[in-house]
Amino acid sequence: MIATYAPIFLILVLSSLIAGAFFTGASFLGTKKPTHEKMLPFECGSESTGGRHVKLSVKFYLTAILFVVFDVEAVFVYPWAVQFRSLGWLGLGSMFGFLAVVVVALIYVWKKGALEWES
Amino acid sequence: MTTSQIMIAVIVPALVKILVMIGFVFNVGALLTWLDRRQGAMIQDRVGPNRAVFKLGKFELRAAGLLHTAADGLKFFFKEDFMPPKADKLLFSLAPMVVMIPVLAILAVIPFGDTVCPQSLWHVTKDGHMIFPAVTRLGVCGADPANNIFPIPMQIATLNVGILYVFALAGQGIVGAALAGYSSDNKFSLMGALRAASQMVSYEVVLGMSLIGAFMLYGTLRIDEMVRWQGENAWGVFVQPLTFFVFFAAAVAESKRIPFDLPEAESELVSGYFTEYSGMKFGMFYFAEYMEVATSSMLLVTIFLGGWNLPFLHRDGLTISFGTTTLVHQLLPHIWVTIFQVLTFFGKVLFLCWFQCFVRWSLPRFRYDQLMKLCWKVLLPISLANIFLTGIIFMAIDNAGADVAAGLKIAADVTQALVALTITYFVLRGIIGFIRPSKHTPWVVGSSANQAELAGGSKESPMQA
Repeated sequence: MIATYAPIFLILVLSSLIAGAFFTGASFLGTKKPTHEKMLPFECGSESTGGRHVKLSVKFYLTAILFVVFDVEAVFVYPWAVQFRSLGWLGLGSMFGFLAVVVVALIYVWKKGALEWES
Repeated sequence: MTTSQIMIAVIVPALVKILVMIGFVFNVGALLTWLDRRQGAMIQDRVGPNRAVFKLGKFELRAAGLLHTAADGLKFFFKEDFMPPKADKLLFSLAPMVVMIPVLAILAVIPFGDTVCPQSLWHVTKDGHMIFPAVTRLGVCGADPANNIFPIPMQIATLNVGILYVFALAGQGIVGAALAGYSSDNKFSLMGALRAASQMVSYEVVLGMSLIGAFMLYGTLRIDEMVRWQGENAWGVFVQPLTFFVFFAAAVAESKRIPFDLPEAESELVSGYFTEYSGMKFGMFYFAEYMEVATSSMLLVTIFLGGWNLPFLHRDGLTISFGTTTLVHQLLPHIWVTIFQVLTFFGKVLFLCWFQCFVRWSLPRFRYDQLMKLCWKVLLPISLANIFLTGIIFMAIDNAGADVAAGLKIAADVTQALVALTITYFVLRGIIGFIRPSKHTPWVVGSSANQAELAGGSKESPMQA
């Protein structure tokens, strides 16, 4: 237990320390001379207009939902993939049934136009 | 051993290994910032970075622009650190750290050499001679319990879920990018963050799906076991070429580099989600990107390119065999084999890092709809089809009998021989290239005056050549 997980803990602590050192160095070493123009949002020289947050295209939400569907399904396949030789033809058949459902889902979202970005 | 002794025996080697890995990735990351610019310059036929100079009296050291990495690093720290007044202060400060920590923490499960048996490194005999024994090819440190007291795996943490740990941490990069864009009070940043999140989330699906083929091949999630399998059989790239291609594309997309650098497309979004960052906080994003190139190269090397294995070099020494016929069998000392294997691993990683820079300067940027189309309509169906194909073929092979298995073993050895020949060829060509550089003919040179002169005219009347 300790031999396996202590190094992980150690590397997490060490990498946090390194990132923290970079961060504090960046925060305190440089000079600070704020001016009014510097504080404006950078938009290639033109004045920023409108609200801070733009309206998002609904495509991005759709991608997020598709990610949840397909990534979770990939995780379901992992245990079978590791053991599939010992599970034999029966295991192969059942997993192919499951994957066929995934393929049908992919075809469905494809035909519905959820993967199109041109419109 | 007592508990404190065990703690020391665990912590000290772990610390050394962590320092080796993090040191390597830091140095390679710094080297890559130079290589990226220098190689781009060579591809575009210009000189590239060469201004940074170390002067001591009359002595000048330029090191082909390598000093730029040090100069840039120092400069980053002493630049003004700027935070937009309306930014979310906590999230804005957190984002660069969230990007940087996982890239380093992924290194925990990447094996950079085979297990070392400290008792087998050397013996001193009674008359003072040192003996360097070889260990057995299979098994950790052999059957002899005297040699098996404290094996040191060349992997920071031998996790049994290996790859899942990598996926869990690689996913954090999305959070960092999204936080940076969301908190910086800038429309360009927000759009860059959206693009980054959407792109990385999509390619993460492909990343996960494509590796299923590799899991079916190796039958394990442990990365060190995968490498051992490749040493005894063929490299993963020959058995799962589709997976290698898809995983490579997805890994480049995950690190958001050209041709997949839509989130920071400078012609459209200034520099995307880190537009408002300055000084070393920008440097952390920039540096994390290059370290990500190094870690993704490490993953590709371990899963597909044989990790620490060189063809025919096994734990016990050199064994050249095809099927059951053995041509050469030469035992080598454990210590030399270990050093050679570790160097091999890092050499392969450097080669893949170079290759990723090469890809970056060779391809144009995709359009965003092309990027998404490539992910969902090309790579995802390919990786799904690969699972079906792999499943049927492997089950057929397993049931086919001993003749097919023997044939495959010979085919695997032939691929090893091919790899050995290719490596030898390129090493020899490299050496010959260093001794006798091929003549560089300047055809299209920089200035228009030189071009006109080459064509036989002068700058004033180039057309009358």
